[in-house]
Amino acid sequence: MNINWFKYSSPQTFYPLAGKLAPWFFAAAALFAVWGLYIGFFAAPTDAQQGEAYRIIFIHVAAAWMSMFIYVVMAFWAGIGLAFNTRLSSMMASALAPTGALMTFIALWTGSLWGKPMWGAWWVWDARLTSELILLFLYIGFMALQASIDDPRRADKAGAVIALVGVVNVPIIYFSVKWWNTLHQGASVSLTRSPSMASIMLSGMLLMALAFWMYSIAITLIRVRCIILERERNSDWVKHMRRLAS
Amino acid sequence: MSWGSVSAFLAMGGYAGFVWGSYGVTVLCIAAEVMLLMARERRLKRALRA
Repeated sequence: MNINWFKYSSPQTFYPLAGKLAPWFFAAAALFAVWGLYIGFFAAPTDAQQGEAYRIIFIHVAAAWMSMFIYVVMAFWAGIGLAFNTRLSSMMASALAPTGALMTFIALWTGSLWGKPMWGAWWVWDARLTSELILLFLYIGFMALQASIDDPRRADKAGAVIALVGVVNVPIIYFSVKWWNTLHQGASVSLTRSPSMASIMLSGMLLMALAFWMYSIAITLIRVRCIILERERNSDWVKHMRRLAS
Repeated sequence: MSWGSVSAFLAMGGYAGFVWGSYGVTVLCIAAEVMLLMARERRLKRALRA
């Protein structure tokens, strides 16, 4: 068993691999989503306190988790690209940003639609919500900065700095409900209240998180393929592939 | 959990706007992301072939 992992760190070999993997991750995402939604809407009972409104949890929590996780992965690849000057890692960071921003938007949007009936407000400036909004601005800042620099290698470096500095925000989001007195309570849907109800809700939530996770991987693989083609269009291997295709 | 009827399911216990507003926008966002990316890929491949 001697797999040369470095082989896949070149855009040329990763391009076809990503193309082969993406459909499987899309299929897995669809499978987990159908399963998760079935549990979320049909197997999970009505919440005693929140009625049916709590069903927003199945996408809200999944999107919020992914918004933070994608940021950490993006900062990781950006950092690797900055440290080792590896092209593919920087491309991965750029490919993750739009999906991360989308997940952050979904988390904020569903949170707002959940906050209105439960708290009576679409938005409050508390620690959890504000730090999640800052996360959205970090994603947008990363993308805007990269888009504003013509030279892709310089854009990678500038983006990496913003990504790495912004990573401090992730633990702040995560622990904000502990560190500050926030309206965003984790206790509104208690997982310990009733064991049977808790486990079914938790499994629906975890399945939706898996679905979002698989989707994020699939869409990022497709996007990184686009970025590879855009940046390497003048290289020999792309020209060669073009000849073969035509 | 049985909803009894389709209309009861759609009503979401009075929270229809909030629940379906959340799920609807999420589905729209994901559909938009997939379609925009597919268009980008098609555009790229067409430009490369030319």
